[in-house]
Amino acid sequence: MQNKITVENLNAWFGAKQVLHNIDIGIAKNMITAIIGPSGCGKSTFIRCLNRMHEVVPKAKASGKVLVDDTDIYDSDIDPVDIRRRIGMVFQKPNPFPTMSIRDNVVAGLKLSGIKNKKTLDTISEESLKKAALWDEVKNDLNKSGVSLSGGQQQRLCIARALAVEPEIILFDEPCSALDPISTSKIEDLMLELKEKYTIVIVTHNMQQAARVSDYTAFFLYGKLIEFGETDQIFKKPKEKSTEDYIVGRFG
Amino acid sequence: MIWNKRKIIDRVMSILTAACVAIAIIPLLSILYTVTINGISAVNIDFLTQIPKPVGEAGGGLGNAIQGTFIVVGIACLIGLPVGILAGVYLCEYGQNKFGRFVSFVADVLTGTPSIVAGMFGYTFIVLYFGSFSAIAGGVALSVLMIPIVTRTTEESLRLVPGSIKEASLALGIPKWKTTLYIVLGTARSGIITGALLSIARISGETAPLLFTSFGNMFWANGLDKPISTMPVQIYTYAITPFPDWHAKAWAGALVLIILILILNIGVRFVTRRKYGV
Repeated sequence: MQNKITVENLNAWFGAKQVLHNIDIGIAKNMITAIIGPSGCGKSTFIRCLNRMHEVVPKAKASGKVLVDDTDIYDSDIDPVDIRRRIGMVFQKPNPFPTMSIRDNVVAGLKLSGIKNKKTLDTISEESLKKAALWDEVKNDLNKSGVSLSGGQQQRLCIARALAVEPEIILFDEPCSALDPISTSKIEDLMLELKEKYTIVIVTHNMQQAARVSDYTAFFLYGKLIEFGETDQIFKKPKEKSTEDYIVGRFG
Repeated sequence: MIWNKRKIIDRVMSILTAACVAIAIIPLLSILYTVTINGISAVNIDFLTQIPKPVGEAGGGLGNAIQGTFIVVGIACLIGLPVGILAGVYLCEYGQNKFGRFVSFVADVLTGTPSIVAGMFGYTFIVLYFGSFSAIAGGVALSVLMIPIVTRTTEESLRLVPGSIKEASLALGIPKWKTTLYIVLGTARSGIITGALLSIARISGETAPLLFTSFGNMFWANGLDKPISTMPVQIYTYAITPFPDWHAKAWAGALVLIILILILNIGVRFVTRRKYGV
């Protein structure tokens, strides 16, 4: 197994409050790694550290190493903008750009990095929407507003938007928590297809979801990585007592 | 129907609020009515396209004042819109500190400043410096009134843009400055345009700042560094004369000015319609 991301001794703070403590973890290439744990355990902070989105919040900082293909993304001469292009992110609440059409939403990242050719943009927009399993539903409405879609469609639009800039890794931060079961299963199917080409990390509150889609699962508690292993092992034979307690629902 | 205390209070309050609406709207309708009745008879093509004639001569119009108003307001926009919008961007994106709060406070104070103070500013810094009343001085004076309005409306519109939209953009690898310029400003676009157009409507009717900056002129504009006629000042000039013919022209000028501002306000509505049906 080859690791796409290797995290070494990662710590993160909001102001004086430390929210991640000495995280060491390897994220396997072309696999889905799920991050589970109760609210406030640092799951979201952790994946936001993986594409340097953590530092966008005022007073937030991080230290340690995050190696993506042997490049430390926290190296001082690395531009976070380049990192975010390589590592896409899908958020908890669908957040399409409200003043843009569906097509413009998908190609927003490309347009703003200087690609003007209409044909190229149309092609990429179609390809990305197809990859995100949304094309058939919106192909006749590409000029309608992105926010005119249903919640589940909006979330797939956000996935298409992330795919359009051709990242290597996609981070999903509770992508289904605002969606109904049908939309959720569509997104899960989509993730399973996407892992052929991308490395995926998903934060989820839904343990069935972690069990359904992920190859590896990490359990976080109070800002620490408690246990990490193959999903089957974590759910069937957890080594740590607190992992077992969380999975069977004794707390959290 | 039983008349208990609660119902009586409810009825009294309803009547009271309706009465206040009437009090608020009566002066407005009365102004529109008076201006229309007194002004409509003097409005014609000549009035809109010709320059004033000397006292006693029939005909002539306010064409030069309409032209001058557009020029002076145009100058004010050239200065006021970029400064105001960018200041608003600064306050929202980078102004979460003492300096930013101070600027916001100053902008609020400036919004409530009597407009003649803006005229004194233009007189002191532009008219005295260049030694002449001018269109530029008028534009600068009006931009002083415009900037705080545009700054604050821009700041407020930008604050309404959800943080999740900014994050979505940053996470796509779009640099912060492009995120602010294209995504955040684009999302807040209709609010900013509303603020800009309302500030234009507000300054278009200002008289006091122009009295001793752009002054006035009975001829077509002949240079930005020369005194220039504007509608509010021309109306004022006509209104204080003893000549009935000029009084009628003042009413007509007021009517035309109100209509121009009305058109601008309708423009605001038109521009800020939602682009997409949701």
